[in-house]
Amino acid sequence: MRAPSETAAGETLLAVEAVSLSFGGVKALTDVSFDIRRGEIRAIIGPNGAGKTSMLNVVNGFYHPNTGRITFKGTTRPKMRPHEAARGGIARTFQNVALFRGMTALDNIMAGRTLKMHRGFFWQLLRHGPAMAEEVEHRRKVEDIIDFLEIAHIRKVPVGRLPYGLQKRVELGRALAMEPELLLLDEPMAGMNLEEKEDMSRFIVDLNDQFGTSIALIEHDMGVVMDLSDRVVVLEYGHKIADGTPDEVKGDQKVIDAYLGVAH
Amino acid sequence: MNLLYAIFIDPFVQMGGAPDLLVQTLWEGLVAGVLYALIALGFVLIFKASGVFNFAQGIMVVFAALTLVGLHEKGVPAFLALAMTIAVMYGLAFAVERLMLRPLVNQPDIILFMATFGLTYFLIGLGELVFGGNPKVMIADALFLPKGAIEFKFAGGFVSLQKIDIAAAVIASIMVVALATFFQVTRIGRALRAVADSHKAALSVGISLEQIWVIVWFAAGVVALTTGIMWGARSEVSFSLQIVSLKALPVLILGGFTSIPGAIVGGLIIGIGEKIGEFYWGPLLGSGIESWLAYFIALVFLLFRPQGLFGEKIIERI
Repeated sequence: MRAPSETAAGETLLAVEAVSLSFGGVKALTDVSFDIRRGEIRAIIGPNGAGKTSMLNVVNGFYHPNTGRITFKGTTRPKMRPHEAARGGIARTFQNVALFRGMTALDNIMAGRTLKMHRGFFWQLLRHGPAMAEEVEHRRKVEDIIDFLEIAHIRKVPVGRLPYGLQKRVELGRALAMEPELLLLDEPMAGMNLEEKEDMSRFIVDLNDQFGTSIALIEHDMGVVMDLSDRVVVLEYGHKIADGTPDEVKGDQKVIDAYLGVAH
Repeated sequence: MNLLYAIFIDPFVQMGGAPDLLVQTLWEGLVAGVLYALIALGFVLIFKASGVFNFAQGIMVVFAALTLVGLHEKGVPAFLALAMTIAVMYGLAFAVERLMLRPLVNQPDIILFMATFGLTYFLIGLGELVFGGNPKVMIADALFLPKGAIEFKFAGGFVSLQKIDIAAAVIASIMVVALATFFQVTRIGRALRAVADSHKAALSVGISLEQIWVIVWFAAGVVALTTGIMWGARSEVSFSLQIVSLKALPVLILGGFTSIPGAIVGGLIIGIGEKIGEFYWGPLLGSGIESWLAYFIALVFLLFRPQGLFGEKIIERI
């Protein structure tokens, strides 16, 4: 278990209140509430189909909840769109890697800087003056991220050609390039071998420590969840069944039942 | 035996025998090719960003040219009319995004494709309503486009280059290079390629699909206007001009639907191929092969490279 960092007890960054979401007759989420504090690593766990990814999709605006409220940095927006969420400081990665396959690792991560670049259309057309200076400036920041994630050797490779573990790393890099306040990681270690998992865990802990980024993490590997997270939310069939520190959750009878099954 | 000679030997003998004619034919092919490349570029831009094959690209060419000439006829000075036409094309891009693409987001591609048919007929109707259906003459003089021809001696004969063709080739080349560079190296270009690769991921890094769609439709509109001016100056501005845009189809098959360099190279191959084919092999088939030769060339390419010369290789996970 990781010692809770000093920042873990910070103010509330994101509050999800009584959110419900359904697709036709299928209820993906029912009356779910939880919060994420500034600087903490918050794990969202649960069996398959529990609504974990739907939860992330609601937070970053891919889905709009049928009822309930989401408050991010003190403001509530009823129908936040994904690019607005991004502008507000929410970045994410996807369960099945969603990279720009035709572009190099470097260009993918540069794409993450889109929102940080402001020079207008015509300067860019000229590719000169301020626009060029800006491009160089952002390029430097991106190189820092590339160093941090130890992917310097593959930066010019089109990501479609990279092995899965590295693609996940590039995707994390793209999210980091947005300098997010809240990072949503959807199964960052799915399909990785032990060594890759250890690397990824290290990156997550380091970026949380170094940049103070708050992280919402969906993960199936319980060892990883218990090691990394400050607090854990447990979902089952769209309902929240437990919420607390890894130790509390581990001992919760409902959680044990959900994972191991229960005699009826 | 005679037939084989006529197909495989005689045309090359002719080429060697009259190099001036060969150069003349190559030049005409080149000009047509550059213009095809420009039309194809309009398709590629929209296809890359929104996955829509924009059937209306051809009518956009006519509509842009008609607007320009129509405004000038109503007494607007030529360059003001040009600026106003560009503004109209921006308005069109904006309206298409608001009224067509946004309500249809996440619909299957075929639905969007059908919607571009609707747009085609809407623009035909609107164009006829506002500017009338009669063919018009492009305001080439007022826009200071050159006319006349340059002739020079070459290998014992004369080669004549229409000045308007030279202008068309130069302007189209500049346009193609500028757009290609813009979409390769700038932030908006990167955003465009990002959208082309994955809508979901593009949204997650804060790229606004709506903004990108307006930009590409506007770029396609400007490309259409340029094509309309150049092609209109070489013949006339009428609704039959949209047929030219169908020539972009073999160009796209050849170059790949997603590749800007592909559109350029494909345009040149088709343009030069059809002129050379018409001139040297056409007589064997009683001439007039120019109208279908392009499709034939595309078909042969399709057999060997279904993804086009530069298209992304189609790899499917099974």
